[in-house]
Amino acid sequence: MSSDKTQAAQSAGAAAEETYSAAAEVGAVRKRRTRLERIWIGLKKAPLSAWFGMTVILIYCLVALFAPLLAPYGEAQVFPVPYGPWDAEHIFGTDQIGRDVLSRLIYGARNTMGIALVTTFLSFLIGGGLGLVAAINRSWIDQILSRFIDILMAIPSLIFALMLLSIFGSTVSSLIIIIAILDSTRVFRLTRAVAVSVAVMDYVEAARLRGEGLGWVMRREILPNIMPPLVAEFGLRFCFVFLTIAALSFLGVGIQPPTADWGSMVRDNASLIQFAQYDLKAGITPLLPAAAIALLTVAVNFVVDWFLHKTSGLRDEH
Amino acid sequence: MSTDNGTKKGDILVEMKDIRINGFSDERWHEIIKGVDLTLRRGEVMGLIGESGAGKSTLGKAAMGYTQPGCKLVGGTILFDGIDLAHASDGQKRELWGSRIAYVAQSAAASFNPAHRLIDQTVEATVSHHVRPAREARADAVELFRSLQLPMPDTIGSRYPHQVSGGQLQRIMTAMAMSPRPDLIIFDEPTTALDVTTQVEVLAAMRSIVEEFNTAAIYITHDLAVVAQMADFIKVLRYGEEVEEAETRKMLSKPEQAYTRSLWAVRSIEKPEQPSDDIALEIADVDAAYGGRVKVLHDVSIRLPRGRTVAVVGESGSGKSTTARVITGLLPPIKGEVRFNGQPLPRALKDRNRDQLRRIQMIYQMADTAMNPRQTVGDIIGRPVQFYLGKRGREVEKRVIELLQLIELDESFIDRLPGELSGGQKQRICIARALAAEPEIIICDEVTSALDQIVQEGILKLLLRLQKELGLTYLFITHDIATVRAISDEIVVMFQGKVVEQGPKSEILAPPHPDYTELLLSSVPEMDPDWLTQLLKSRRAEQAAG
Repeated sequence: MSSDKTQAAQSAGAAAEETYSAAAEVGAVRKRRTRLERIWIGLKKAPLSAWFGMTVILIYCLVALFAPLLAPYGEAQVFPVPYGPWDAEHIFGTDQIGRDVLSRLIYGARNTMGIALVTTFLSFLIGGGLGLVAAINRSWIDQILSRFIDILMAIPSLIFALMLLSIFGSTVSSLIIIIAILDSTRVFRLTRAVAVSVAVMDYVEAARLRGEGLGWVMRREILPNIMPPLVAEFGLRFCFVFLTIAALSFLGVGIQPPTADWGSMVRDNASLIQFAQYDLKAGITPLLPAAAIALLTVAVNFVVDWFLHKTSGLRDEH
Repeated sequence: MSTDNGTKKGDILVEMKDIRINGFSDERWHEIIKGVDLTLRRGEVMGLIGESGAGKSTLGKAAMGYTQPGCKLVGGTILFDGIDLAHASDGQKRELWGSRIAYVAQSAAASFNPAHRLIDQTVEATVSHHVRPAREARADAVELFRSLQLPMPDTIGSRYPHQVSGGQLQRIMTAMAMSPRPDLIIFDEPTTALDVTTQVEVLAAMRSIVEEFNTAAIYITHDLAVVAQMADFIKVLRYGEEVEEAETRKMLSKPEQAYTRSLWAVRSIEKPEQPSDDIALEIADVDAAYGGRVKVLHDVSIRLPRGRTVAVVGESGSGKSTTARVITGLLPPIKGEVRFNGQPLPRALKDRNRDQLRRIQMIYQMADTAMNPRQTVGDIIGRPVQFYLGKRGREVEKRVIELLQLIELDESFIDRLPGELSGGQKQRICIARALAAEPEIIICDEVTSALDQIVQEGILKLLLRLQKELGLTYLFITHDIATVRAISDEIVVMFQGKVVEQGPKSEILAPPHPDYTELLLSSVPEMDPDWLTQLLKSRRAEQAAG
């Protein structure tokens, strides 16, 4: 296969390589690999931290998917003993109204992560779409969008979210929409910034000269070329959305009971911390959901860091 | 300071033996330099020539003991004035770089820090290496500016990089390299990015200063005519191996290897001029401006005869590419009109219909950026077939294969991404994309200037063949007079947004010329080692007379 290609290259009279690049200057034609092979090669070179991150994320996902099978009790099932100690029946004890903490932790993975994921997707849809339009247009639409986004960003987002939630009520859907819109401002800025540098490339001009519409230019010409920074940003945004939801829940306007959620679990059991001097385990109980949040955030960041490093074009010295 | 060290011209300065350098790509190490020897004496200029990928830059940098990231020296010895650079520590090398060895890069614009004044950057290495104190170095830099014939040598140093032209910046970079009076300067394609008219001045300045201080130099380029003016010896490289080395005069008159002869292949294409009065496209009295303010085209009128090639020549900033943008509708003119087959075309791109768009296609200078790196060759060529001709599925693929064969590639390319192609192949794919629309007119914007001589020849021959077979009309924008001679029927000379003259090739290229055409034509380097000397002499004589 590769000898065919070498021959073809020679018969084309194109003995030379592209503009000078030492890495590519040997005449050998590069091997075509399937996407799966490329991904596997990339994974094999991933550092330990990235592997740790990916493993943790995978476990979280499995837990979220199979929550009803894994949890020993129901999400809202109430037992007679509130603030129950850690024992064989309730591994992490029970909470302030007697619900099993372990079960709620497991269901919490599903609720908190699911909502965070949907929110992040929505914010990328809004922010990414508008960012692309602004980058291609570069005139009054860009000005209007950018200035409007500037105004939104000028307002502290947590306070703004609190305000909007108290206006529209703390339902899951309003929570998702409000956080998605507030978060999309940052996605917009990033998308616009990276898309602007792609939008001036000759191939985008060539597409416009061909008469292609906005949709084609956005989806087929620009989007594939700005995917790496967007994917990395997706990971980071996911973490922030996650933390925002947890913070809002902690403040009481996030996910409402009886739906299990890590943020509200911290708040509900926060008073247990002062009993740590009598029973260390009881003191740890409110820290468990907090630790679950922290671990996921760290894991996602490990993966994102690796991905950013890989796609930033920085080369390790050999 | 070489002459003060008790050394004299003719002593060996650099001795490289059996250099082997490996580069890392595609998950493994490749040999980039395969055992090349190089000997350079004091006061000599060695020209390294070859296509891109021949390893000339890598070898040139190795002479200063440097290998870029992703490359490593795996064998051979490098002796610089008795110092073993192959095994020297980084600290030792840093001592030498910027004091005894200097480097002049291809893109001066990218090599200067935009935030510092030119003179500070010129003397920075000299001062930090304690070659001489700052005050002295600055005074010396002004003298260097003067001998490099920079305008206002006393004050030009206080400007910032964006305030001087590209040619001036390249000369200031030469001054920077010369400031510590190094023993060796590596010139890495220093004039490739410049216009021919500017290139002459920079070459003359560099040559005189190298001669004045008796500095040894390695001059890396792909242009044989340029190196002929600069070098005492020429070494031809290909695929990391030496093809031949000889004295400049001998190399030019009697190259031993067929490969060396092929390096000036473009100059051997000839196309008989065919006049025609059947006008396919006409631009009449066009004025154009960017942002509605800065007028870049003044009363431009150009006529393209059907099935012929019109070459537009001029230096950068002369309005060549702007003219192309007016024709394609990317930049609507503020005055005048574009007539296609006698009918006026809508001024703006968005007002033109699909059929009008299809008939005028464009090929870009940088094939790298003209193709979406995430689309396969099949997608790139197939899209116009789908878009303009409404074909679907199997039909598209069939047409793509036909087009690939037309540009002398085959169907094995259909699944490749642009990153997996060579420079010449990329440009061919761009040609195929333009052909896919079945156009009448193709605008070629400097399509060969980023390519090596041999690849250029292939592309030009392909374009000529396609013209003959398909009756295409070309508007060929270029600054390379050799290319113009090779392929055009008519020539348009542009200068500062105006058309200086338009006419058949034979008429424009034959004297007498208007002043600007004369300057442009005489600035094209010729394969004659005495060309620059004579040109400078005749220009000086003219100045004295005028």
